[in-house]
Amino acid sequence: MKKGVITIRVQRCLGCKSCEIACAAAHSVAKDVRGMARDGERPGHRVNVEPCGRRAVPVHCNHCEEAACMAACPTGAIHREGEGEPVLVDVGRCIGCKMCVQACPFGVIVINPSGKGVLKCDQCVERLARGEDPACVAACPTGALLFAEPSEAARAKRRRAARQLVWEQSEGEPGER
Amino acid sequence: MPRELPYADKASREMAKRASAERIQTVWDRYDRMQPQCGFGTLGICCRICSMGPCRVDPFGDGPQAGVCGADADTIAARNIGRMIAAGAAAHSDHGRDVAHTLLMAAGEKDCDYSVKDPEKLAAIAAVYGIATSGRSVKEIAGDLARAALEEFGRQEGFLKMASTAPAARQEIWRNLGIYPRAIDREVVEMMHRTNMGVDTDFKNIVKHGMRTALADGWGGSMIATELSDAIFGSPDIRRSRANLGVLKADCVNVVVHGHEPTLSDVIAIVSQDKKLIEKARAKGANGIVVAGICCTANEILMRHGIPLAGSFMQQELAIITGAVDLMVVDVQCLMPALSGVAKCFHTKLVTTSPKAKMPGVEHIEFSEEHAVRIAERILETAIDNFSNRNPARVQIPSDSERLVAGFTTESVFRFLGGKYRATYRPLNDAVISGRLRGAAGVIGCSNPNVEYEEGHLKMVKELLKNDVLVVTTGCNAITCAKHGLLKPEAAFEFGGKGLQEICGAVGIPPVLHVGSCVDNSRILRTLANIVAEGGLGADISDLPVAGAAPEWMSEKAVAIGFYFVASGVYTMICQPLPVEGSRNLHKYLTEEVEAQTGGKWAFEIDPVEAARKMIRHIDKKRKALKLKPPMYEQPFKPEP
Repeated sequence: MKKGVITIRVQRCLGCKSCEIACAAAHSVAKDVRGMARDGERPGHRVNVEPCGRRAVPVHCNHCEEAACMAACPTGAIHREGEGEPVLVDVGRCIGCKMCVQACPFGVIVINPSGKGVLKCDQCVERLARGEDPACVAACPTGALLFAEPSEAARAKRRRAARQLVWEQSEGEPGER
Repeated sequence: MPRELPYADKASREMAKRASAERIQTVWDRYDRMQPQCGFGTLGICCRICSMGPCRVDPFGDGPQAGVCGADADTIAARNIGRMIAAGAAAHSDHGRDVAHTLLMAAGEKDCDYSVKDPEKLAAIAAVYGIATSGRSVKEIAGDLARAALEEFGRQEGFLKMASTAPAARQEIWRNLGIYPRAIDREVVEMMHRTNMGVDTDFKNIVKHGMRTALADGWGGSMIATELSDAIFGSPDIRRSRANLGVLKADCVNVVVHGHEPTLSDVIAIVSQDKKLIEKARAKGANGIVVAGICCTANEILMRHGIPLAGSFMQQELAIITGAVDLMVVDVQCLMPALSGVAKCFHTKLVTTSPKAKMPGVEHIEFSEEHAVRIAERILETAIDNFSNRNPARVQIPSDSERLVAGFTTESVFRFLGGKYRATYRPLNDAVISGRLRGAAGVIGCSNPNVEYEEGHLKMVKELLKNDVLVVTTGCNAITCAKHGLLKPEAAFEFGGKGLQEICGAVGIPPVLHVGSCVDNSRILRTLANIVAEGGLGADISDLPVAGAAPEWMSEKAVAIGFYFVASGVYTMICQPLPVEGSRNLHKYLTEEVEAQTGGKWAFEIDPVEAARKMIRHIDKKRKALKLKPPMYEQPFKPEP
């Protein structure tokens, strides 16, 4: 199974909300947008594109190591299967108390638009098991969302910062020397 | 949180506040909820033309650079803009067709509620079509003219006759570029064909036809709408009225007409004076009937009857939120589908009238020219009946309304300048030549929640006036100017430069001239042609020290208007850019390269004051090219040495 975090490159987000739609589709029975529209299904989306001035920012669950939602959950419905794996909701054990919604500092646990309980990002565990990226990442047409192992993601950021530094301190284009 | 509208008139602010307090959703709330909006659409690089798509090009260069068919950003953005032009031209021109049809009915043998009220204008337009007038009855001429105008839509050979009223040099440019419009419907249809899957891929070629389509609107469909409306309903004359929600009266039956066409609203304006109906309103406890307008329907009947303006596009919901509107009657264009929801919050009865524009769950009283008066009476009776359903406790009419002078036309403004017996453009041309006026600008168009309401209109117009630029206006810019007192003659002394003050003082006109509805932008084209014909300011429209702008544009119609001004040689400024920024090539072509071909070009500038200054810089450039004297008085925004 793939492991990693969803990282965001804010400057690339055009606010098309393809991630929201893909998320809903991936969590629907039909597993596709048209089927979802046809059946009137409302699976809800776990990623939300929020406005910030005229910019758009996709906000995801960070699958925190010490997850506040997990600590707040009185029934153990919110759990983690193993180290480094995503924080999941066991719908069967969820009593809909919404303690997790209150506890989450990022506001990424949302009320289920149809039926009881809450929705939160599961990093598309079924897709990860098949070696695929989460649906939102796969759907992003500009690469604003990336799925990467955290240390790998950090290394990529460091290299970007390094390129920036070289570019600022020399005349050439980034990566030229 | 209540929506702040820091630049809007007081009445709008009061009503927006009420809407927030009473949790009535308005255009601003829906705009906020729609954020963020998709960048692909904003940049014009989303294509939904065939079902291999939808496709979109990655503007950052990493993702796909072409759609499934291979269309790149240039092609996709050009096709999208082409279709916007076609839709805008279709809207204006279909309006024109209806007016021509009404003229044909007025010319018929059967009894008809319409007649030719301005035979002088009828004869003038008949001359364009080579229709004999001497010794013939008005009805005979009207019939021939209506048929000739209707022919313009489906002409199979030759070119648009109406376009022959453009300056000769301009027509030569169109011929050389291959953009002389042929027939109105044909250009729209051809645009839909060219932008169909797998036809025109060359973005410049698509824009070229876009300009031809737009010209078929400006010098065709829109011009027919304006000129024939003048013939039927009478040419507007200078008249006083008021603007803003304060024109509604708590003790009267309030009827708001909204939309674009004058055919029904003109009759409503007349029938509302009917003694029988007024008596009926009195019997219901009302003190009379108030008719007020929104959008261009308002402008049409303001220009001809002095009917007050209730407000602009953005105030259509706010008017209902006064709780005092007994009936809102709509025809076509710029009708927010949200109206039906807002109307449900009050007693207001919403009535659709056009077979082309119905709304689910809204009463439809279908309009037909054959029974215009009877239908207008029925609508007014419905309003009177609904007056008793009004809840006085929920009525909150803002006290604000502003005086205005409107009714300027290509003909009347210069009768004003030259006097009735020597109507001439000479004084205007001389004022520009001597530098008393720096130039003129047409500031027009919609309002849009993507900018602060009215900020763009007001700041731009005031900056132009301050620099001795005479402003002509139509559409919702005119309504905004009216509400803020810019259509009063004394506004010249408050906002105008010294030169403009002298002109307005001597002639007694406001510094901003209201010339009508959005199809009446054709009056601006006609005026530019007349200024050229008067002489002394070059041989073509592109020589004139003028500029155009639609600071808060929203509709596809504004895109068509902008393109016909660009193709007619006018520098055309909008604040939020056209959705073409995803294609660097198309952007560059529209804002730079096209000037070498038509003499006009697009400009995008989000800051309205800077936008006005760019327009002024263009005006200065044209003054210089004409070797005119520098502006007579010191200018706040200095000309470049």
